[in-house]
Amino acid sequence: MSTITRRHPLNIHIQGWLLALPAIVLLLAFTHLPGIATIIDSFYATPVGKRPAAFVGLAQYQTLLADPIAWLALRNNLLMALITVPLSIGLALAMALWVAGKIRGRAALRLAFFTPTILPMVAAANIWIFFYTPDYGLLNQIIRVLGFSSHNWLGDPATALPALMAVTVWKEAGFFMVFYLAALQQVPPVLYEAARMENAGRWKVFRRITWPLVMPTTLFVAVNALINAFRVVDQVIAMTGGGPNNATTLLLFYIYQVGFSFWDTGYAAALSAVLLALLGLISLLQFRLMGRNVHYR
Amino acid sequence: MLLGPSGCGKSTLLRMIAGLEEPSSGSIEIEGRDVRGLTGAARGVAMVFQSYALFPHLTVADNITFGLSVRGVAKSEMAHRLDRVVALLGLEKLLARKPAQLSGGQQQRVALGRALIAEAPVCLLDEPLSNLDAQLRLELRREIRALQQRLGITMIYVTHDQSEAMSMADQVILMRAGKIEQHGSPAELYGCPASLFTARFIGSSPMNLIDLDDGPHGAVAAGGDGAVLLRGSGRGRVLGLRPEDIDLHHEGGDGRFHATVTAVEYLGAEAVVTCMMGERPVHARTRGDGAPPVGARVGLRWDAAAGHLFEADSGRRLPLEAFA
Repeated sequence: MSTITRRHPLNIHIQGWLLALPAIVLLLAFTHLPGIATIIDSFYATPVGKRPAAFVGLAQYQTLLADPIAWLALRNNLLMALITVPLSIGLALAMALWVAGKIRGRAALRLAFFTPTILPMVAAANIWIFFYTPDYGLLNQIIRVLGFSSHNWLGDPATALPALMAVTVWKEAGFFMVFYLAALQQVPPVLYEAARMENAGRWKVFRRITWPLVMPTTLFVAVNALINAFRVVDQVIAMTGGGPNNATTLLLFYIYQVGFSFWDTGYAAALSAVLLALLGLISLLQFRLMGRNVHYR
Repeated sequence: MLLGPSGCGKSTLLRMIAGLEEPSSGSIEIEGRDVRGLTGAARGVAMVFQSYALFPHLTVADNITFGLSVRGVAKSEMAHRLDRVVALLGLEKLLARKPAQLSGGQQQRVALGRALIAEAPVCLLDEPLSNLDAQLRLELRREIRALQQRLGITMIYVTHDQSEAMSMADQVILMRAGKIEQHGSPAELYGCPASLFTARFIGSSPMNLIDLDDGPHGAVAAGGDGAVLLRGSGRGRVLGLRPEDIDLHHEGGDGRFHATVTAVEYLGAEAVVTCMMGERPVHARTRGDGAPPVGARVGLRWDAAAGHLFEADSGRRLPLEAFA
């Protein structure tokens, strides 16, 4: 091996590329080439029949700027991100703190919290549809017992998006809890003893020790939750179909609708390019943040 | 100084004094006050952990003042006390660093600073030097001792290293299997061990322990050449001799017991010579430049009063009878 390397100094590079080749081929064929093709398509009109697509420049993007539904989808998506990300992080950390302690039935609790993550989104969505069903749905049965009148959660534009957010938080929190659980177990117990020696209360211990020490995890989870928030589509398709009155139309769902219901592929390509740019931006943010000041060891 | 082999309960005792663990029975009093239900600072106790337990995300300054800030001490007071502790420990240049950027010795000093800034009357140290290299350990031993005397605080120090205990302590509590084996000054423990366990544990080269048996003219070494070591009965007794109490003489000199040198451990100023007295190895300390060669026949002699006599079964110390 070493003699071969010496005789052909380029060999090691060829070997390296060969090892990376399967991944490169797969990524190129199914991720990067379609991505580039989408960006190119976004500068063309949608082809009709046998007529080839005409180059229209930025016309699709001008349409986008003037499209109220696109803006509504973006607004919905931002709301989704702004509310579900902190909520799922807070819930995940709270659950992790709870099941990290020495309590009875700890393993069962952990499993219980993690179950939503195991379920396929479509299955989970159908469970939640039952919760939200008008009249005999679980949620309505409960609030009727409490003396309120039945409410059509998914049918009311005011509650449809929050209803989807609840599903999202419920689904994500258990997954993020696992990361926090791992992070909490990395904190040496002796640090808590040192804090106990100083008579630090529970809140102070959390704020001054636990929270800063799990900060790298929080950042990681936050960025992932942010990306996930912009990729939400399953629950929309399964539960509301974007309605009522586009109250639950999110970017990815809108792209799906434009591309595969309306068959306006050129416009869908432009929308995709914008979403891609948005996600790229978030990823960039992630790498910048991860590289800076969260590493203290 | 709490001293003992690992697993003897000395750390548990320290943690109970700290309030990190509650005793299952009995009470703990500090300066006459029952401190049940209180922990750490509330008891007037500060602690240095074996692994230092520095907060990795805080600077040295924030680590040291952590306790004060948690307890809401005023900023100006905090800065004043920090200055004093930092000057005491020579940490001036490290204040803005994180623990990961410090060497082991520096981390140890920061941990010490965090304990001292509380100005608690009692400072607990749990094997604070065990993670350091030998050179640094010797240095910090002196430093901690000097600090304790300068500040006049009570330090309770856990160690399994008898040389640390001997060199630093005013009082040593030697523990064994959860019980106090002996309690006294280092000189008392060394000079007058109350049991076989203490005799074995204290001293950098261990005491020679010779099982005795009855002979026609007095106690002899069990399985030995019959030379009388001690007047009176020998069976069930053990004679202890410190290596430095045994004098080596050349063959034909006036040594009372004959032996053959089988090994010489040269330590510079001194040497530990292992000789076989019959079947039994005996260690003796000599000057480093006066050690006999391996294989030499030597005579051994010791001052009768230097011996220690123990009961073999109970390990208890017996009054020494006059040598034959």
